[in-house]
Amino acid sequence: MARIDLDLAHSYKPNPQQDSDYALLPLKMCFEDGGAYALLGPSGCGKTSLLNIISGLVTPSQGTVKFDGVLMNAKTPQQRNIAQVFQFPVIYDTMTVAQNLAFPLRNRGVAPDKIKQRVGKIAEMLELSGQLDVRAAGLAADAKQKISLGRGLVREDVSAVLFDEPLTVIDPHLKWQLRRKLKQIHHELKLTLVYVTHDQVEALTFADQVVVMTRGRAVQIGRASELFERPQHTFVGHFIGSPGMNFLPAARSGDGLTVAGCAVPSDTVVPAASGRLVLGIRPEYVTLAEPQTPGAVPATVLQAQDIGTYWLVTAQVGSVAAGMAGPTTVRARLSPDADIPAAGAAVWLAVLGPHTCFYADDVLIGETSAPQKATA
Amino acid sequence: MNEARFKKRTLFLIAYLVFAILPVYWMVNMSFKTNEEILSTFSLWPKHFTTDHYRTIFTDVSWYSGYINSIIYVAINTVISLAVALPAAYAFSRYRFLGDKHVFFWLLTNRMTPPAVFLLPFFQLYTTLGLMDTHIAVALAHLLFNVPLAVWILEGFMSGIPREIDETAYIDGYSFPRFFVMIFIPLIKAGVGVAAFFCFMFSWVELLMARTLTSVNAKPIVAVMTRTVSASGMDWGVLAAAGVLTIVPGAIVIWFVRHYIAKGFAMGRV
Amino acid sequence: MKPVNQKAWFLILPVVLCVAFSAILPLMTVVNYSVQDIISPERRVFVGTEWFKAVMRDDDLQGALLRQIVFSLSVLAVEIPLGILLALSMPAKGWQSSAVLVTVAISLLIPWNVVGTIWQIFGRSDIGLLGASLAALGIDYSYTGNATHAWLTVLLMDVWHWTPLVALLCFAGLRAIPDAYYQAASIDGASKLAVFRYIQLPKLRGVLMIAVLLRFMDSFMIYTEPFVLTGGGPGNATTFLSQYLTQKAVGQFDLGPAAAFSLIYFLIILLLCFILYNWMQRVGTADKSEAGHE
Repeated sequence: MARIDLDLAHSYKPNPQQDSDYALLPLKMCFEDGGAYALLGPSGCGKTSLLNIISGLVTPSQGTVKFDGVLMNAKTPQQRNIAQVFQFPVIYDTMTVAQNLAFPLRNRGVAPDKIKQRVGKIAEMLELSGQLDVRAAGLAADAKQKISLGRGLVREDVSAVLFDEPLTVIDPHLKWQLRRKLKQIHHELKLTLVYVTHDQVEALTFADQVVVMTRGRAVQIGRASELFERPQHTFVGHFIGSPGMNFLPAARSGDGLTVAGCAVPSDTVVPAASGRLVLGIRPEYVTLAEPQTPGAVPATVLQAQDIGTYWLVTAQVGSVAAGMAGPTTVRARLSPDADIPAAGAAVWLAVLGPHTCFYADDVLIGETSAPQKATA
Repeated sequence: MNEARFKKRTLFLIAYLVFAILPVYWMVNMSFKTNEEILSTFSLWPKHFTTDHYRTIFTDVSWYSGYINSIIYVAINTVISLAVALPAAYAFSRYRFLGDKHVFFWLLTNRMTPPAVFLLPFFQLYTTLGLMDTHIAVALAHLLFNVPLAVWILEGFMSGIPREIDETAYIDGYSFPRFFVMIFIPLIKAGVGVAAFFCFMFSWVELLMARTLTSVNAKPIVAVMTRTVSASGMDWGVLAAAGVLTIVPGAIVIWFVRHYIAKGFAMGRV
Repeated sequence: MKPVNQKAWFLILPVVLCVAFSAILPLMTVVNYSVQDIISPERRVFVGTEWFKAVMRDDDLQGALLRQIVFSLSVLAVEIPLGILLALSMPAKGWQSSAVLVTVAISLLIPWNVVGTIWQIFGRSDIGLLGASLAALGIDYSYTGNATHAWLTVLLMDVWHWTPLVALLCFAGLRAIPDAYYQAASIDGASKLAVFRYIQLPKLRGVLMIAVLLRFMDSFMIYTEPFVLTGGGPGNATTFLSQYLTQKAVGQFDLGPAAAFSLIYFLIILLLCFILYNWMQRVGTADKSEAGHE
């Protein structure tokens, strides 16, 4: 168990000149001892690079990696005592389950009876006890991933367990079982866990804190609720949530705001900031309003879909006005009890409220643009 | 410890490369010597450097046509072998069907007979078909041992690809031919490269069948080289030069497929 | 684990047709000849299994067969480990990888009679590098006069000629192992030997099977190279099975016994390969079921 501090940047090129040469732009973050973290982002955002830097498979081109304050840049994964679970199960085909689990301990010269005891304990935790003498190669994918995980857990002084999209090859109906097992293990062993995924559901259910990344940058670190309520970057607003946040171009005007070309009188004070102004509101918080209500905009309904537990209404706001971007669409999640408008109907949608966020050049106004330290 | 192991491996590699090159160097050496010098003196480098032998080969049509003929039928054979072997290897790798293990083993058995056994029957067969002394005849005859090998190699590589990839492609709406060509084959590049090289190689060096089935028009270089014995004895120099030149097409082939052979196959990157 | 699908026959039909065309008709012809006494093209007498019995009783055949088996086993014993070692030493990336690949493959591309010819000269003490070097070391080396020297030279020639086949197959097989396995092994603290034993060797099973069977078959049928190099001598020290068959057929120009011998030859290889194949399959069963094989 260790606390991991990162203060680094990484480029695979020898002489990086501009941002696009970097796989990881300068970042500073801290993974607390015993915390469960997720690195969430689309393909190519740098999350696997970051994971490999933590594990030691890659050395950062700039900066430091510290475990419990000790500099780790030059140390191998073995020396850092980390465990890593890959996208596909990595097991030793010729060995049984028990031999697989015992392998790391044997390589360290641990006494045989201690090995047996430890293997038994981990096998029980992973529900593999009944298969200890079965050849590992013949098992199903989820069992093999458990073995991969087990090999990491079997060392008592493992500093952190790192997961690189481990559920990729698991059957969907078994994924939740494995996820639950991971949470259980986290609870029991209190290890530092770092989990890489592009699936927000996996990230948000697994981790205490999620690091959202895009194109080499860590844009926000926080709990699920923070990421949902106050996304610090439009990317976070867009990536988290199903569907993502609505973004409407906005401008300050006399007695309020102009949102997507429509004048919206309101008392809302938008903090001063320079740059392209955008209003963000989640579909969950967009509500139908009476015409001319302060904080609402007129819109024409394009489509209303019955998703089951809610209705998804897509509407087109505003019109082309001088100096504003073109019409934009807004999605609203409405409860089935509400008065669902039909396609083509003219409605008013309340977009200004306590859950509305404003962004200048994609960064939340009122927050700093640098990613925050993760808090315990 | 890594460094020490690395050095040992490099030393071994260099030692083997020297071992591999020596006889070839000796052949190159011979190809630039006159026949008299070859048979009389021992010299690490020709005392009387001569390019006569190479000139003979490039100017004498009976020599250089040999190369062209060989390349033609080897190319035809490699293309056909791979074309029929790919779907078959896929079938063996992915499905069970009536007689699958037996057919697979039967394919292998076709390499277990000394080629001498087939000479007379092939002679009769191709004469009947009117295909004697054609490139296609040799190309077809060589299918006998190349197709089983290609199927065997490709099947091995294909079995290493998890079936989930096939299933995902079908879910994504790919038709079988499109999936096979655009997704599957790139994944087994290493296997295709190795199979292509071996088909080329075994067909290129095969002598008995190629000589039996050809006389003038399609006479391959291997056959031409066997007639270097004349009244004055073996024409060592020309033979050596011809030998050196036979390496060139194969070296080119392996150069082209080197990326396929050296390509890693990464699961999960699809 | 694999689904049953009889329609897969359509996929293998082209292969079956190609090979059957080249194999079955000639084979039928050979079987036909093997049971007849062909006195002249017009006069043929059916003799049943007489040729087969005659061939089996031949003492010289036993000698050639024994020599052949020893040769093939020696070939396997040297070429397989050497090929694996070579594959492990070959660089995987960069220009060095291409250069080494081409250099290693050269010996495979030389026509077999030329291979024999090169080694013929190479081994002569007066004009060959090998012969001269050995003579300079004081060894009385002669592959034409000394049976042991002849054997060793033929073996060395075969090793030089064919080890790259094993190496290329293993090289391609090694490249197919995902990096994650090496990374996991590094994290588990495995030694290089453990990595070889538990990761590389198991994953090479498929290509090694191909390599072993191919080398066994081809060495069992070897003809051109030893014939050109030693002519089978001194005496019949390096007369292997294929040359013996040719001597009989050409010498006596009798199709009947030659055909019978051919069939016996084929059956011997078939039997030995069948045993090897099944043994290797059994050893590799667990692997195959993991990869979706049967």
